[in-house]
Amino acid sequence: MDYISSNKAATKSLPASEGASHMSRRAFLSTTVGAFVIGAVLPTRSLRAQAQGAAEGPAAIAAKPGTKVSAYLEIHADNSVKLLSPFVEGGQGIATGMAQIVGEELDVDPARFVVECAPPGPDYAIVNGIRMTGGSFSTRSAYPVMRQLGATARDMLIRAAAGRLKVQDDELATENGVVIHPATGRRLTYGELAEDALRLKPRDTVPLRDPKDFRYIRQPMKRLDVRDKSTGMAKYSIDQAVAGMLYAAVVHAPYFGTDPIGLANEADVMAMPGVHSVHSLPGAVAVTANSWWRARKAVEALNVSWSSPAPTGLGSVAKDFSSAGMLDALRSSTAKGLVAEQEGDAEAAFKSAAKVIEADYSAPYLAHAQLEPPSALAQFSDDGSLDVWLPNQMPELFQKVSAKTAGIPPELVRIHSPILGGFFGRHFLYGPANPFPQAILLAKTTGRPVKVIWSREEEFLNDALRPLSHTRFRAALDDEGRVTAIEARTVGEGPIGRYIGGGPVDSSAVEGIIEKPYAISNRRMDYVKLVHPVNIAFWRSVGHSMNDFFYEGFLDEIALAGGRDPFELRMELLQHSPRHRTLLETVAALSGGWRPGPYDAEGGKRARGIAMASPFGSETATIAEVSLVDGETRVHNLWIAFDPGSVVNPAIIKAQVESAAALGLSAALVEQVVYENGLRRDKNYDTYQVLTRGMMPQVHVKIVESGAPMGGVGEPGLPGVPPAVVNAVAALTGMRVRSLPLANTTFKGAI
Amino acid sequence: MFEITINGSKRDVDVEPDTPLLWVLRDTLAMTGTKYGCGIAACGACTVLMDGQATRSCQVPVDSIGDSEIHTIESIEEDEVGRRVVDAWIDMQVPQCGYCQSGQVMAATALLKQTPNPSDQDIADAMANLCRCGTYNMIAAAIRQAAG
Repeated sequence: MDYISSNKAATKSLPASEGASHMSRRAFLSTTVGAFVIGAVLPTRSLRAQAQGAAEGPAAIAAKPGTKVSAYLEIHADNSVKLLSPFVEGGQGIATGMAQIVGEELDVDPARFVVECAPPGPDYAIVNGIRMTGGSFSTRSAYPVMRQLGATARDMLIRAAAGRLKVQDDELATENGVVIHPATGRRLTYGELAEDALRLKPRDTVPLRDPKDFRYIRQPMKRLDVRDKSTGMAKYSIDQAVAGMLYAAVVHAPYFGTDPIGLANEADVMAMPGVHSVHSLPGAVAVTANSWWRARKAVEALNVSWSSPAPTGLGSVAKDFSSAGMLDALRSSTAKGLVAEQEGDAEAAFKSAAKVIEADYSAPYLAHAQLEPPSALAQFSDDGSLDVWLPNQMPELFQKVSAKTAGIPPELVRIHSPILGGFFGRHFLYGPANPFPQAILLAKTTGRPVKVIWSREEEFLNDALRPLSHTRFRAALDDEGRVTAIEARTVGEGPIGRYIGGGPVDSSAVEGIIEKPYAISNRRMDYVKLVHPVNIAFWRSVGHSMNDFFYEGFLDEIALAGGRDPFELRMELLQHSPRHRTLLETVAALSGGWRPGPYDAEGGKRARGIAMASPFGSETATIAEVSLVDGETRVHNLWIAFDPGSVVNPAIIKAQVESAAALGLSAALVEQVVYENGLRRDKNYDTYQVLTRGMMPQVHVKIVESGAPMGGVGEPGLPGVPPAVVNAVAALTGMRVRSLPLANTTFKGAI
Repeated sequence: MFEITINGSKRDVDVEPDTPLLWVLRDTLAMTGTKYGCGIAACGACTVLMDGQATRSCQVPVDSIGDSEIHTIESIEEDEVGRRVVDAWIDMQVPQCGYCQSGQVMAATALLKQTPNPSDQDIADAMANLCRCGTYNMIAAAIRQAAG
């Protein structure tokens, strides 16, 4: 036990909830990076290196994020271009999209770019003044900034060439990485000019290319990382290695929030092959060894005593906590709601209604279940600085928390952000759901570099979850079946409220319930905050992932109660909005014309459902076609009309919409994290079901460019899918499912 | 100490007999193209070829390998069928996050070696690996293309 207590002392600087409770915009903005960090990663004789002390130097300290060319571009003597991206690539194609945007204005074929995630630094805070990869914000935030950056760099290269060739700027042209003097045919590559160019002061305003002349933006260019990802060459966090590294495996406390208090067989475990050391950590035990398999076998052989959770209650994950009990608590809450949205006089409309309908909707906790298990590699150097390789969606914030964990200043922490093996919201800061503090503490204690990998079981048991939620709706209809008022009462908690703040009404709890496009003149949407004892998370499309299912399902109930076709009702409620009507007409045409069914098809009767959603600045209309096979829902086709306003890469958009649709379908059909007696039921993919090939429908995506302000891409394809599927099931069976996943409902004999 | 044949080379590995091939590849031989996803043969991310058969390496103890020939994603383009699969993967832009794709490419290569012109049902039966990005349709399209 001596070892444990001594390690306890070493780990006291890490409160279990560190990070999560400190993730505020203020904290994020106060993060700064010293020259040491930048200098440490500078290659010699690159465009960036030349910037130190050059014309950009002094001005760069106060540079507006996204304007400092040298922070983003390295143009090497061999004319290769490296772009340091503010965003981490996790399959959403952002690296390629960024290369397209910069390459368009810089005049370099994006296929020639190498794109890496930039180290922490104030130059990359271009998402509403912060830096993150999430919220489907990347492209729409970066688009104007990166165009300007590329154009500024091109202008500097032209001026450098003008000086070299002793001609006027306007006598020069560029062509894919080369400055040309057409009158004489002289040519200078960007690589030859980069050093001179960076000595020039950037111009405040440079002209941008006319969109009608775009060659790369709006093209379905191939993604830059596909070859490496098809040949096993792509390196994720879990693949990182440094000399002398120890592997660590952990086992977490069975009850969330409890700690190890004793080890019965530490000596036996220390004697196992390859074992280096045994450790107690907040909420977990760890073993380091010379391979991860040995570390894992050893840590799972430890006989650990854990502290006891509370016997009951919702203040922590108590011994009798269950997801069913939590849902009951949400459903039976009588707390007064806060007004999330109010319009007209709903109360009066209900009083004079010819018909009132009411329904309860709910959705379960969900795991991210990204295929790459979480990991982190930490290495201290002799000078006291620290390198951390880790999956993350906010490098500066992870740098700050890493520094605090290590007990060193942030400028001594170098954060490396490898590509992500899926994320879907998994890699924000979630306190005990991130392994990097464990890696840092173990590296500090052992004096060796340590790579922590969570087993799949540890991940399923400790992932931060999409919150379970509940909404009760009421609608008033007049004697002609028209909807005159809608009320909603959403009870639960969202990740924005928990981790960021932003006012008493948690936007991430009510998004998808409020700000709908439908012309229902009397509305009263309330929010009741009820805190979950479990660790909650952002999950692809966040509140929309369930709330659009709630709302659009209930809208079909309104249609049924009013004797209207669901498609026609939506057209009627969107008479004022050509953008939405266009999407409805587009998705109907894409599916061969709206027909709800049921109708006969190969293999039995099928039916269709429709749903709309307005997530992350984009608009979607979705039609699903379903049948029942052995009492289980089979989705044959998804047709999705998607309007992101304007596009950068239509192929990436289609891939993202299909991917988001697959995840939405997974949630609609089978996914749920279930708590029983304070413990999560499922520990691996054998019982935590996710979408398999056999469940995958054909997905047909039509992009509509309305010209509206650019919206998000990565998440918006998801929210329309669960309600479209559930509405189709209702059309097929007459059974209205109000609680996901569909696998919980028995349809045997329904048709 | 075990001698195993990986991508045509004999390798000596000093590990316990029950060590899964997956961890021999990743930790002992530093071949990280083969991915750990679940450890229980549920996801397929660790798929390699064992005597030409798609095999989930997390369930293969090193002492069971014997003389079997192991091929991993690192050698995929040295194989004529594997190279066609990779070309199709790139052409169809299959991967998104990419983490499952080493296993998918290996499973597809094994399928096409045994069934050069697979039906949709053959693809459904052989390609049971999970993909959290939902690239199932692109995978099937790429297999059809690689089959020619």
